[in-house]
Amino acid sequence: MSSPLQREDVARVARLARLTLTEAELDLFTSQLGQVLEHANDMSALNLDDVEPTAHPFGLINVFRRDVVRPSLDRDVLLSQAPDAESGRFAVPRILGEAP
Amino acid sequence: MKSAQTIANDVRDGSSSAVAELQRSLARIAERNDELNVFLYVDVEGATAAASAIDERRSRGEDVGPLAGVPIALKDNLCQIGIPTTCSSKILEGWRPPYSATIVDRLIAAGAVPVGKTNLDEFAMGSSTENSAFGPTRNPLDPSRVPGGSSGGSAAAVAADMTSISIGSDTGGSIRQPAALCGLVGMKPTYGLVSRYGLIAFSSSLDQIGPFAKTVGDAALLLEVIAGHDPLDATSLPEPAPSLVAHVNDGMAGKRVGLVRELYEGADESVVASVRAAAEALREAGCEIVELSIPELRLGLSAYYLIAPAEASSNLARYDGVRFGRRVDGEDVTAMMEATRTAGFGAEVKRRIMLGTYALSAGYYDAYYGQALKVRTLTIQAFARAYAQVDLLLGATTPGVAFKFGEKSNDPMAMYLNDVFTIPTNLAGDPAVSVPFGRGEENLPIGVQLLGPPRSEAQLFAAARVLEIADGRA
Amino acid sequence: MTTLTNGWEIVVGLEVHTELLTHSKLFCGCENHFGSEPNTNVCPVCLGLPGSLPVLNEQAVELAMRIGMALHCTIAPSTFHRKNYFYPDQSKDYQISQYDLPINSNGYLDLPDGSRVGIERAHMEEDTGKTTHLGGSGRLAGADRSLVDYNRCGVPLVEIVSAPDIRSSAQARAYAAELRGILIATGASDGRMEEGSMRIDANVSVRQANAPYGTRCEIKNLNSLRSLQRAIDYEALRQVELLEEGGTVRQETRHWDEDRGETSTLRVKEDAEDYRYFRDPDLVDLAPSQQWQDAVRAALPAMPAERRAALIATITQPSDAQRDAIEVVIDLGLEHYVHSAVAAGADAATAISRVANEIAADLEHVANLSPAAFSATVLMEQSGALSATQAKTVLGELLEHGGDNPQAIAAAKGFEQLSADSLGATVASLIDAHPDEWGRYREGDDKLAQFFIGQVMKSTKGQANGKAVIAELQARRQGRSQD
Ligand SMILES: [Zn+2]
Repeated sequence: MSSPLQREDVARVARLARLTLTEAELDLFTSQLGQVLEHANDMSALNLDDVEPTAHPFGLINVFRRDVVRPSLDRDVLLSQAPDAESGRFAVPRILGEAP
Repeated sequence: MKSAQTIANDVRDGSSSAVAELQRSLARIAERNDELNVFLYVDVEGATAAASAIDERRSRGEDVGPLAGVPIALKDNLCQIGIPTTCSSKILEGWRPPYSATIVDRLIAAGAVPVGKTNLDEFAMGSSTENSAFGPTRNPLDPSRVPGGSSGGSAAAVAADMTSISIGSDTGGSIRQPAALCGLVGMKPTYGLVSRYGLIAFSSSLDQIGPFAKTVGDAALLLEVIAGHDPLDATSLPEPAPSLVAHVNDGMAGKRVGLVRELYEGADESVVASVRAAAEALREAGCEIVELSIPELRLGLSAYYLIAPAEASSNLARYDGVRFGRRVDGEDVTAMMEATRTAGFGAEVKRRIMLGTYALSAGYYDAYYGQALKVRTLTIQAFARAYAQVDLLLGATTPGVAFKFGEKSNDPMAMYLNDVFTIPTNLAGDPAVSVPFGRGEENLPIGVQLLGPPRSEAQLFAAARVLEIADGRA
Repeated sequence: MTTLTNGWEIVVGLEVHTELLTHSKLFCGCENHFGSEPNTNVCPVCLGLPGSLPVLNEQAVELAMRIGMALHCTIAPSTFHRKNYFYPDQSKDYQISQYDLPINSNGYLDLPDGSRVGIERAHMEEDTGKTTHLGGSGRLAGADRSLVDYNRCGVPLVEIVSAPDIRSSAQARAYAAELRGILIATGASDGRMEEGSMRIDANVSVRQANAPYGTRCEIKNLNSLRSLQRAIDYEALRQVELLEEGGTVRQETRHWDEDRGETSTLRVKEDAEDYRYFRDPDLVDLAPSQQWQDAVRAALPAMPAERRAALIATITQPSDAQRDAIEVVIDLGLEHYVHSAVAAGADAATAISRVANEIAADLEHVANLSPAAFSATVLMEQSGALSATQAKTVLGELLEHGGDNPQAIAAAKGFEQLSADSLGATVASLIDAHPDEWGRYREGDDKLAQFFIGQVMKSTKGQANGKAVIAELQARRQGRSQD
């Protein structure tokens, strides 16, 4: 797969990633990311239909913790690290839409 | 500089004290840190208290541990309770974690004295430590050059004799490459051997914590302390720490070592010469050297630069200005998050977040991320075939010696290519060690890389020790 | 229930989220507890602090398997993915959820009316935190700022996704009610919709019979079974009207407003998020061993359908009211009282009625009431030793104060004498006071029995047993006619 990475792809990805890019950054990233994706063509070109993907280097399964309550953190310590807090909660500016 | 083993022995037998060793370390930091920018934070108070406590416990006759009184430097992507932890990013400036990484607890329990947090490429993304938001670290061997990265600060701390040992993390070579460029021993252990709990994630399936040291023995000792199962990390291997120090001098007689073309081809002449000389040294130590080609390894770079950014794009989503770290205000919560992330992340981090987001996005997943996971399978299979023939593999750690500042920082692809020899082991989850062997231009150190199958750390250290002796650094 | 005309048919699929009754959260040791002070059940893991890692709660897996087994699902090896989207109630800005390989898939749920609804999957995922909105009306829209509490963030959930097999709002309601009963029976959930521990989203579309499925809308904020039914009816009518006017249904997420009784657009699907699902590299695969599965299956209690059938079998041709009472008994899991009473020789209908009414009205004290004491009370009522009203009073005492001797309570209340001597005297005096009514009764007008029962109840303040009054009247009628 060749990588005709377009400026609008980069703009769309920036929105998804919650990053604001200047026009200059948009151009630079379009070219730099395009280069990386072009390099990846050596890999994308292979027919690997019969190969299983590996998400983990080793096939560990069934790693659990027991259902035991452990002490939680001190709220004052946590909230002292927060950019903004109120009434024991983390405060944020208004939310424009419901969660998806 | 005394080795960690010597310091611990001296502290344990009373011929030195933890406080004295700490003061020596702090003095050295005071002397060179302004010039080299190794430490982002030095915890004079906490370290002094810890050292005093060790001395006091020793005076009461208590066993103060295998790293008794040994000052140690921690890469600043490891959480230590109450100590500023930045990942060299503005987005975490001022954050003090309310908990400690498992390995930090283990180090302290073993008597080590954490003296501070070292500089790195922001979120461990880089190969030169030039991507730190708090300025680059300089190579103590030649301050006009980079120390490598991303664990450049931890490598420089040891190279500059600020501490005898330090901790780094290796996602695509971030321990081995700076070890090579700074003339140190650096190991990336088997994935899961060392708990990642409290290591700020870059790429979760590739990240692994490991040791830096001047000697093979110190590296083995340090790894032995931090390794072993941790119930807080679901990807942690289910076994206790292996015995490593006891096997450092096992030698290599009768072993087969594969010299892998793909792991040195394209490197500088001096580097190739060092690799060949290392092969010769191993042969003299009784190894059989087998020339091998593993073509699949050539695909590693492409796979890595999709997998690592993909995982990173998700791992770094939580830096949104809501719960911790920096916030830049915005009209609404989305604007606030975007302003925070835009101001808080540096260019390389943004580049990788963008790349990873793209690789995972609808319509591109199969071609990029999905394909990269399959290449990962090919890499694992290829290594497994090689290890059916030989015990260990040998190659270069880096294509060249430490490079000058700015030499590659404007060309991401050139910088990425610097990791070409180290990446394949991360993809496979296998261990590998870089050990200094020979010198290149300007008499700068060269590192050769030994690679092994999963859980072969003891044998890798034994092989590294053979090279350490052959290189005249016995 | 609204009936659609002109050949339109409702097609509904439900997504039910249920919180699991574990002690701790899905991936950390924080307490899974509703109603704690904000942000007191949080740790590095559920707060998504840098460096923290999730480890799967074994009991959550067991409860998820119980749900899957109760819904006849296939239990298969599964994985955890990350669903990536930015939202402040989500501490990592991704949700750990099962995606293409869920733990439970391909099951079904049989409803009391005999219909069957397919279960596509029942997968595990983590809950989000809770936001409170300040300024404006206190709702999201118009608020100046919001506050986030992460206590609920990381609480284990199972999401049960039905096939689009549901064809009416009543069936949807029946499905949700039956599923709720199953969740409670498995011990996996408390089923409390009002506390949000069971939450329902409905996918609603309409079509002409046998036509391909229409475009669906997803309705959120259905906080009760009543809301569910009303919202589906409203939404189906809305879609039909739209289509009949020549419009098209837009695929979107809609919000149910219970007060206004209508749905409104929340989000249009065209700008759907790109969630960039991928395997969570911090977690390993889940593949419950056959041994574990067998143990969970063996320990699975009887499900509501089986328990309902067992109760229905105790009554010949149960009335609708009795069926409703049985539902209450099953829903509250109180049928052991009925079975205990029946085993002791009591009439099932009376026992069911007392459980569905008297015990159900005082669940707070149900632990005080032993099945033996309950059985004894029902038997006393049945034998005429207690009137219905007296039996209710005795049960009330037993619930309130415990004890195993209803006879003693009846004696202390002075209930016993009435049935023997007082009743005869009372009836005799009433016959004297109402000679005309007595005459008509004596001539065979049985309707007058009700008149006398009423009078007896009045004069004894409800302490008499209706059956005993009839017996007394009949004895006197026969006695007189023999004169
Ligand atoms: Zn927690």
